[in-house]
Amino acid sequence: MKFTWFNLMPWPYLPDDFREKNRSVWVDIDSRLFDPARGHEVYNNHLDLLEYAATLGFDGIGCNEHHQNAYGLMPSPNLIAATLARRTKDVALVVLGNSIALYNPPIRVAEEFAMLDCISGGRLVGGFPVGTSMDTNYCYGQIPSLTREKYLEAHNLIIKAWKEPDPFAFNGRYTKLRHVNLWPRPIQKPHPPIHIPGGGSVETYDFCIDHTYSYSYLSFTGYIRGKALMDGYWDQVSKRNASDTSPYRAGFAQTICVADTDEEAERLYKDHVLYFYNRCLHVYPGFADAPGYRTIKTIQSGALSQYAPVRGFSHLTWKDLTEGGHVIAGSPETVRQRMEEMIKGLRVGNVFGLFHVGDMPKEKCMYSTKLFAEKVMPKLRNIFPDYADDDRFWCKPLPKRVTPGDLPAERDVPQLVGAH
Amino acid sequence: MEARTVTTPHVPVRYFEGGKGEPLVFLHGAGGVMANDPLLGKLAEKFHVTAPLLPGYGDSQECGALRDMLDFTLHTWDVVDALGLKNPILVGHSMGGMMAAEMAAVAPHDVSRLGLIAPAGLWLDEYPIPDLFSTMPFEFPALMFHDVEKGAALMTAGVALDDPEWLKGFLVANARQLGMAGRILFPIPERGLSTRLYRIKAKTLLVWGDSDKVVAPAYAHAFKKAIAGSELVVIPEAGHLLNLEKPDQTAAALGRLAG
Repeated sequence: MKFTWFNLMPWPYLPDDFREKNRSVWVDIDSRLFDPARGHEVYNNHLDLLEYAATLGFDGIGCNEHHQNAYGLMPSPNLIAATLARRTKDVALVVLGNSIALYNPPIRVAEEFAMLDCISGGRLVGGFPVGTSMDTNYCYGQIPSLTREKYLEAHNLIIKAWKEPDPFAFNGRYTKLRHVNLWPRPIQKPHPPIHIPGGGSVETYDFCIDHTYSYSYLSFTGYIRGKALMDGYWDQVSKRNASDTSPYRAGFAQTICVADTDEEAERLYKDHVLYFYNRCLHVYPGFADAPGYRTIKTIQSGALSQYAPVRGFSHLTWKDLTEGGHVIAGSPETVRQRMEEMIKGLRVGNVFGLFHVGDMPKEKCMYSTKLFAEKVMPKLRNIFPDYADDDRFWCKPLPKRVTPGDLPAERDVPQLVGAH
Repeated sequence: MEARTVTTPHVPVRYFEGGKGEPLVFLHGAGGVMANDPLLGKLAEKFHVTAPLLPGYGDSQECGALRDMLDFTLHTWDVVDALGLKNPILVGHSMGGMMAAEMAAVAPHDVSRLGLIAPAGLWLDEYPIPDLFSTMPFEFPALMFHDVEKGAALMTAGVALDDPEWLKGFLVANARQLGMAGRILFPIPERGLSTRLYRIKAKTLLVWGDSDKVVAPAYAHAFKKAIAGSELVVIPEAGHLLNLEKPDQTAAALGRLAG
């Protein structure tokens, strides 16, 4: 199993009446709710927590890309990963990922991922999401019905730039470059492992199978609701006669809160979980799905109630969220049982654990994280012993890496340079 | 109006045809057009009306090869050629007006007269056009009509805006239609038309609703200024969907284009 401590970086200061007074947490959220001085503290807390997780034996620490969004403060995941690259030693840097249709030219992603891989000594696990409609269409202006075509072209350019040692010309529909010649280049060959966050479209299943990328479902609604989607993926893996059904071909994001007992978990984490689920996911439905972004089939099968005028808000309770599997919470034993159910049920080798939830203070997050690392994670390590050697979807760092900040003592410098 | 299909270099194109007289090609807006559209019916009393559907609209086939403004413009000329129409009167509504203006700008000698009904295609920072792509179905009537209540009834043929069956049909059509329209309208419905309007030679008539909340009447003056010799007819108590709200007055105004 590979466990990644994943951080969305939510903004913790949304007011109690946020939903009543704002139509959306995303795209056109009131910018006055962001306070840059508090942002200084919030970013550093989140980064501290990622670095803390790295000391506890998690395989990876993870970040992702969102724009104009109060539950995701990372328009640039690469900036976050860059700060982490210097302050961590062995942990994988899981960037899930860069929305490659948004970079112009997309060669920028090939360059920045190569930089991250070099700085970290080959610890990068990369991701290429198509991006949500909110990010890709409404914030970054991509034409909905052309987004996927542009995404695929960007992907082909990036992979070729990583693989091809000589300069080449790239005549794409969306990007034209006469001299592609990547410099620097990633340590990992032919390129860092790629995970593709998806939302259930068959095209994305096939894309992952064809390229040996890991398919990850980054939902907030938990493993019970995620079952149908992941079953769809595995059906496609067998239908397409993939060479194997390694669980590392798949990943899943899950909100996790661990305490000494189930009761303590509720007492410690309830308010923060409710902050996230009842406030941070308040997205104006008009932004959820730009016409042309999704297929007709998806719309026909989807719920329509969200398109009716709002008549008050539903309020999810702790009971709803824990019983519904949105959140796995409780004592180490409760969490272990439910994690095992999730890992086996979804057949996922990669778990992206969401331990920081909503407006959780860092002390509580550390408490939950440490309990998971010490009392839960070790018991879940060997669920898939047959695939213990499958390293196709994880990073391969250099065996010998430099220590950041390893300058000689100032007093020795004149002698070392041979001065005088 | 009769529904027919014509072969073009890209895809078969569905069109509605009716009436006798001078040939008039009608290009619909982003919401599409139905065979029983009241404005088409009125125009057919005076003209030989042909109203092609953009690929993806109504029951027509989608076309991935049309991606940008030039593709849309040349495709629509392909349709006119395939229909064997020479020097037609071109009339376009909203997005269709944007396309008609582009067609008249790229081929100024092939359009006899031009009618633009609240066309898209320009952008004025002081009058931002609403984001129709993120607009919810129940929000449409207030944007599209002067008389919101009557407008809602016209839009849904009396069915409630949150009726699940109506919604499903509406959302599927929206995904197909606005998915296509987005290629020239998303995220800002402007693709450089202002730099080409000077090329238009056809006699041009602009028709606008005085309470248009989508393409505000300020745009009428911008078009009028940019197209030499153009005339403007403003229809009182009318919003953006003139074809549904004021078909008689709109058809009467366009009657001025008759030779």
